Amino acid sequence: MAQVIPAPPRFQHRSLAEYVGIIVVLALVVTSVVNTAPSLDKLQRGTVRLFAPSGFLMQMFPPDFSRVEHITWKLVETLQMAVAGAALGLIFAIPFAILATDRLSPHPVIKIAARGMIAFFRTVPDLVWAIFFIIVVGLGPAAGVLALMIDKIGFAGRFFAEAMEEADTGPQDALRAIGANRMGIIFSAVFPACLPSFTATSLFALEKSVRGSAALGLVGAGGIGVDLKVAFDLFNYDEALTIILMMLVLVVAVEQGSSWIRSKLI
Amino acid sequence: MNLPQFVGTTAGPASAGPVLLVSDLSKSYGGPVVLRGVSFAAFSGVSLAIIGANGSGKSTLLKCLIRLTDPSSGKIEMLGQSVGDMGARALRQFRSRVGVVWQKHNLVPRLSALSNVLHGVQARMSGPRSWWQWAAPAEVRAEAMACLARVGLTDKALQRVDSLSGGQQQRVAIARMLMQRPELVLADEPDASLDPQSGEDVMRLLSDLARQDGLTLIIISHRLEHTLAFSDRIIGLGGGVITLDVATSQADPAMLRRFFDKPTE
Repeated sequence: MAQVIPAPPRFQHRSLAEYVGIIVVLALVVTSVVNTAPSLDKLQRGTVRLFAPSGFLMQMFPPDFSRVEHITWKLVETLQMAVAGAALGLIFAIPFAILATDRLSPHPVIKIAARGMIAFFRTVPDLVWAIFFIIVVGLGPAAGVLALMIDKIGFAGRFFAEAMEEADTGPQDALRAIGANRMGIIFSAVFPACLPSFTATSLFALEKSVRGSAALGLVGAGGIGVDLKVAFDLFNYDEALTIILMMLVLVVAVEQGSSWIRSKLI
Repeated sequence: MNLPQFVGTTAGPASAGPVLLVSDLSKSYGGPVVLRGVSFAAFSGVSLAIIGANGSGKSTLLKCLIRLTDPSSGKIEMLGQSVGDMGARALRQFRSRVGVVWQKHNLVPRLSALSNVLHGVQARMSGPRSWWQWAAPAEVRAEAMACLARVGLTDKALQRVDSLSGGQQQRVAIARMLMQRPELVLADEPDASLDPQSGEDVMRLLSDLARQDGLTLIIISHRLEHTLAFSDRIIGLGGGVITLDVATSQADPAMLRRFFDKPTE
C-alpha cells in the first residue's frame, strides 16, 4: 500500500495584525460602495429614462453630421494641442528626469526637489492645470497646451528617470574612467541605452495627450471639448454623438499609429 | 623620490622612475578589509600582472588607482600626480591619461563600433561633437578609424557593437582605449568573458599595442598562461596583502598556481 503523504494545511496561519488589516480594507471597500455607488433603484429608473423615446440615448441617434467640417477642424486643433503639449512636456521632462536620478543628479537636495516637482506635476489632474492656465493665459488652446505640457512632464519625467536608473552602469563607469564629463556620459551612454524606453514612453505620452486634450475643452482650454460641452448644454445630443465618434476615430488612429511606430523602432 | 617599503623594487628600470607608486594602501567597505598596506611600484613601459583568487582585492586595487573607489588610507602617485589629493576637475583630467580595459567591455550596446571608439576622445574633448560619430570632426573620425584599424575592425565600423562577438567587442573597447591616447593602461581581466582563443588573441593584441606605444600595462588576469606570456612582472595578492612580487622570467608556474586555483582568504 502506497504511503499516504499528509497534505499541507489549506490556509496559512495569520497574525492578529493581518486579520485586523483585512477587516479594515473590507470595511473601507464596503463603506465606500454604500456611501457613493448608486442604488439599484436609481440605476433602474435611470436606465428606463435613458431608453425612453424622449430620452438622452434615443435623441443621440441618428448622429448629426451637418457640422462635420467644423468638427474636423476642431479635431485638428485638438490634435495640434496634444502634439504641442506632449512635445514640450517631453522636452522639459528630460532635464527633470536627469536631476531626479541617483547617479546623474548633481546633488541629493536637487534630486529630492526634482522628484518632488515631478510627483506634484503628476498628481494634479490635467483639468486642474487647465483651469490654472486659463487664469494665467486666458481661454483657448494655449492654456490647454500648457496644461498638457505640465501633465506630461510629470508622466514622462517619472518614466524617463526610471529608465535612466535602470540603464547598465558599465558604459557610464567606463566613460567616467576616461574622464568624460557629466553631459558626455548622459548623451554618449545613458540616452542611447534608454532610447527604446524613451520612445515607448513618448508615444504613450502622445496617446495620453490626445485623450486628455479632448476633455480639456470642457473647462474652456480649447479643442473639440468646447464643442462637446456646447452640444450637451444645448441638448444637441445627435451632434454630441458625432463629436464623440470622431474623437474615438482620432484616439484609435493615434493609438494604432503609435503602436506601429513602437513595433518598428523598438 | 623616497620609495616606500615594498617588495620588488628591483623589478623594472629604476633609473626611469616609477610611473605608479602605491604606498601602504588600505581599503575596507565598512566591514571586511579588502586591501591591507599594499605597496608596489610600476615602471614605464613594463607590463605588470596582478594575480589573486576571487575576493583577493585585485579589482578593488584597480579601482582605487583611478579613484573609482576611494582608498581608506595610503597614497597613490601615478604619472607624477598624487591621485588622492585631486579635486573633481583635476581627477577628470588625470583619468583622461589612464586607459582602462574592462572585463565586460562596457561599450554602449546600441551604438556603432565607430561611435564607441570615438567616445575615447572625450578624454581630451567635450561637447556634442564627441558624443556620436556622425557629429564628430573629420580628423577625429579619421583617428577613430585608425584605432579600429589597429584592432582589425575597420569593416565593422558602422555595425552596432551588440551584434559583434565577445572578442570583437573587446577589440572595440581596446580601440576606444587607444583613442584616448593614454600614458598608462589598466586592464581588468580583459580575457575573462571570452573563449580561450579569443581571450588569448585579445591579450596578445593588448600586449603588442602597449609595447608598440611604449605604454605601461597593469593587467589583472585570471589565466596563468596569459599571466606568464604577457607580463614582465607579477604581483600576487592574497587576503588583501601582497604575498608575491617577482619578475615573470623568474616565476615558478607551480608557485603561481595557488593564486588561481583556490581562494587565498
